Amino acid sequence: MKRTFSIGGIHPQENNLSREAHIETFPVLDVAYISMAQHLGAPAEPVVQKGDKVKVGQVIGKPTGFISTFVHSSVSGTVKAVEPKGDLAGNPVMHIVIDVEGDEWCEEINRSKDIVREIPFSSEEILEKIKNAGVVGLGGAAFPTHVKLNPPKDKKAEYLIINGTECEPYITSDDRIMRERPDEIVIGAAIMMKALKVDKCYIGIEENKPEAIVSITRAASHYPDMKVVALKKKYPQGGEKQLIAALTGRKVPSLALPIEVGAVVQNVGTSLAVYEAVQKNKPLIDNVVTVTGNCVPQHRNFLVRVGTPFSKILNAIGGAPSDAAKFVSGGPMMGKAVANIEASTLKATSALLLLTEAETKRKEEGNCIRCGNCIDACPMGLEPYLLNKLSRIGGMYDELEKEKIHDCIECGCCLYSCPAHIPLLDIIRVSKAEVMNIMRNRSVKK
Amino acid sequence: MITTIIYTIVCLVVLGLLFSVVLYLVAQMFKVEEDPRVDIVESLLPGANCGGCGLAGCHAFAEDVVKASSIGSFYCPVGGDAVMEKIATALGQEAVKTEPRVAVIKCHGTFDNRAKTNCFDGYASCKVMASLYSGDTGCKYGCLGKGDCVSVCKFDAIHLDEKRGIVEVDEEKCVACGACVKVCPKSIIELRPKGPKNRRVYVSCSNKDKGAIARKACSVSCIGCGKCAKVCAFEAITIENNLAYIDASKCKLCRKCIDECPTNAIWAVNFPLKVAVTPNKVEVQNPVVKNEN
Amino acid sequence: MARLLVSGAPHLHVKENTQSLMRDVLIALAPSLLVSIYFFGFSAIKLVLVGVISCVLVEYLIQKFIMKTKVTVNDLSATVTGCLLALNLPPSSPWWLVVIGAIVAIGIVKMTFGGLGQNIFNPALVGRVFLLISFPTLMTDWTIPESWFRTDVDAFTGATPLGIAKEGLAAGLTLPEIFAANEFTFREMFFIKAGGSVGEISALALILGFVYLLIRRVIKPHIPLIIVGTIAVMTGIFNLINPEIYTGPLFNIFTGGVLLGSIFMATDYVTSPMSVKGIVIYSIGIGVITVLIRYFGAYPEGISFAILIMNTTVPLLNKYCKPWRYAKEVKNG
Repeated sequence: MKRTFSIGGIHPQENNLSREAHIETFPVLDVAYISMAQHLGAPAEPVVQKGDKVKVGQVIGKPTGFISTFVHSSVSGTVKAVEPKGDLAGNPVMHIVIDVEGDEWCEEINRSKDIVREIPFSSEEILEKIKNAGVVGLGGAAFPTHVKLNPPKDKKAEYLIINGTECEPYITSDDRIMRERPDEIVIGAAIMMKALKVDKCYIGIEENKPEAIVSITRAASHYPDMKVVALKKKYPQGGEKQLIAALTGRKVPSLALPIEVGAVVQNVGTSLAVYEAVQKNKPLIDNVVTVTGNCVPQHRNFLVRVGTPFSKILNAIGGAPSDAAKFVSGGPMMGKAVANIEASTLKATSALLLLTEAETKRKEEGNCIRCGNCIDACPMGLEPYLLNKLSRIGGMYDELEKEKIHDCIECGCCLYSCPAHIPLLDIIRVSKAEVMNIMRNRSVKK
Repeated sequence: MITTIIYTIVCLVVLGLLFSVVLYLVAQMFKVEEDPRVDIVESLLPGANCGGCGLAGCHAFAEDVVKASSIGSFYCPVGGDAVMEKIATALGQEAVKTEPRVAVIKCHGTFDNRAKTNCFDGYASCKVMASLYSGDTGCKYGCLGKGDCVSVCKFDAIHLDEKRGIVEVDEEKCVACGACVKVCPKSIIELRPKGPKNRRVYVSCSNKDKGAIARKACSVSCIGCGKCAKVCAFEAITIENNLAYIDASKCKLCRKCIDECPTNAIWAVNFPLKVAVTPNKVEVQNPVVKNEN
Repeated sequence: MARLLVSGAPHLHVKENTQSLMRDVLIALAPSLLVSIYFFGFSAIKLVLVGVISCVLVEYLIQKFIMKTKVTVNDLSATVTGCLLALNLPPSSPWWLVVIGAIVAIGIVKMTFGGLGQNIFNPALVGRVFLLISFPTLMTDWTIPESWFRTDVDAFTGATPLGIAKEGLAAGLTLPEIFAANEFTFREMFFIKAGGSVGEISALALILGFVYLLIRRVIKPHIPLIIVGTIAVMTGIFNLINPEIYTGPLFNIFTGGVLLGSIFMATDYVTSPMSVKGIVIYSIGIGVITVLIRYFGAYPEGISFAILIMNTTVPLLNKYCKPWRYAKEVKNG
């Protein structure tokens, strides 16, 4: 019997329509709009000015805090403007607008396709290289990778866990890189093992990707410490806490990071980016974006340069179909709805999903019939119906904290499974932010 | 038969006595000593428990007022000066006069003025909506029209006009408790002095974008052109972040700025109508709020 | 381009809704209904129709004219209540009895608490118990009305097996004597039980419904299985102690509405606990109370009372029986 996590989870229809589409390199466009807020934490600070000439891979934004990282130019050309522009939610974020001229790369980047296996660097050198390459977690949250690979001194990492589950329906970008570039991913994992000084590595892949399991297993056979584990299909297996539980049986305590149980989780995409950063000196300037949806005639996986507007990606598939009502950046369960179609891709953009009104429109909210589906679905063992009820009363922050609203991972299982179509997560997400804020203020006071 | 009835009566009487004794003893045991003036002050308060004073409710307000040495730093926005004076007399202190205020909505982005660019499909709450994105129109700063302020208002003084997609304050009912100001995620509600004869002039826009962007998003947005500031003889108008603000303490209600504003973003309310101006629909529907333009 | 929708994640939702769940319950009730029509003919159809119509009507009138809220009879929950109420009555019940039951069930038990999802007690069961207490003779009149298909109506006895056993015991007989005097065969009880309310004629039909609900994932199997298991274990023990006065497990499971109650009434979403821990306590409670009422109480069956008593504990169970949390302890500091 294949392993999975034990509490909650759901089985949405997989819809991996684009899984057989090879990765195509998306053409470089005339203008790139590169956001300074591509990672969790403080946005980067622009280090170029209007009129500056930049090359591919040149640093254009520098970190402004501990949890922050570099941003590099993904194109070569002239900086046209440094100004706030709307991100996908329409909120103003500092962007660097670059007029593209040719495709000139920085000299130190090794653009050959040869696979470099030797890792001649020390742990510190690796971390430095990862930081300088601006690598962030590509699983969704975009947490700066060098911070995650550098746990506090009093905590000891035991496992590196590589997340190849891709548990969200529709998305296939991780599936494709696992099938097309398994060696690089595995070397990337070996680099991260060296950086963390651990000798155990699990690569978890869900069973609906048999080709990826085969290719990664073959590539990992060079490394005796790496173990590829096929996992049963269940959402949200890609969640750090669920993946750790599925692979090691350990459970991350409330409010703690995975390092508390000795695990560091990295996405396969991150692993590839780490390989390129350390072995090829190539910063994170492009990533694979799945363009799919039931209403889309052609399902594609593009290698897109960071800073390409979504509208231009849509043009490449012949424009948005007339019945597409919602554009989602990321998967259908945790992705963000795009309100501003002129916004550009970020480092961690994994998919552009087009949904029709019939697929995605929320149904009218009914009375809670206390069926308990949300409780059965919640992978954190919470009671979403209760959190919703308490949140709607308003001001019940102590009760919400007692019900562990801060454990919510916002996976969306509750809202997905509710037969009364109550917008559970909409409400819980806001209350959770408020409760976490109160808890933070309290611990600061202490 | 009769014995049954007697037994029942006796039993119930004994039980009743027993419980009353227990209740009395418990009440004595857990009695909380409280300054008697707290009760007096609380009885003077409106009892809405709105939290407009910044405290948990009327009882908390009364406790704090009694404890404090001076009532100068306390103000009940609901009761206003009348109540504060009564409290001051009850506590043997001088009341501090405060100017009556009213909530104003600094946005007039109705459906007519501000085109929708998308359709929000989640839980109808401004808080939820604002946490997800900038809003369903081109304007990132304006009213989201989901009515969080409406549900938080204890005085039924703020209403959502669903046909026009904007909230309106009923100034007769508004007590300036400030609950809506706190709850609005876009911070577009301001408590402004009511002004002489309730007449006041303000900028009904919160858009901080540059003129061209603001104008494109909404036809009645402040574009930060500065014409109003130039024409103002009292230096009451300042422009910051492409947005004009009228300082109510300096404004002499001359209304020159209104004629000057190219986008009709400045509003004057409760002035007698000028003859030449034909009242538009807005005025007919809502006699309380009148647009001079 | 169609209008652009924006909302928080997730962007997909299940197809099920309240209406489809209720429709599945109705489909699951269909076999029992067909069986009862086969045995009781027009009177069964009449009872169910009157039950459904009066329940829906009462809900509609209350929502429209008293609560002045949106009318939600479309969600079919009132239809299910009406159906269950009718299936819980003796086949010879007059139509007005059903109407009174419906008014109590929907008007008092459901709508006064605020409608769907707010009630503490199972509406259909309270309706039935109300009638049982108010009209004891009508409610225990198990005469067989005219039937369309069966001619050998004499083959059925006029009282429920549990009632016969109870009366016999009260008259000082022992169980073997009673069983000898009345031919209860398990075959009969399993397929076509002699006497009983409209819906509990055939255990097989009820189990078919149960399987359908499980396949459609409308209910979890926990509640019915634990109730039946508890009853089996408890009656087994008592039966071993003294087979002369305590009836055995099989006899108890297939009589007196245990199956109807545990499959369709105890599993009602609104009035059953939400977490698995709560469900276990709730179901064991129902089983124990049922057996206690049957052995030591005045009523021959008792599952209705047992479910209603355990309904009262549900808010408490929901409060204290939390699901298994993922994150066990809170990090210090």
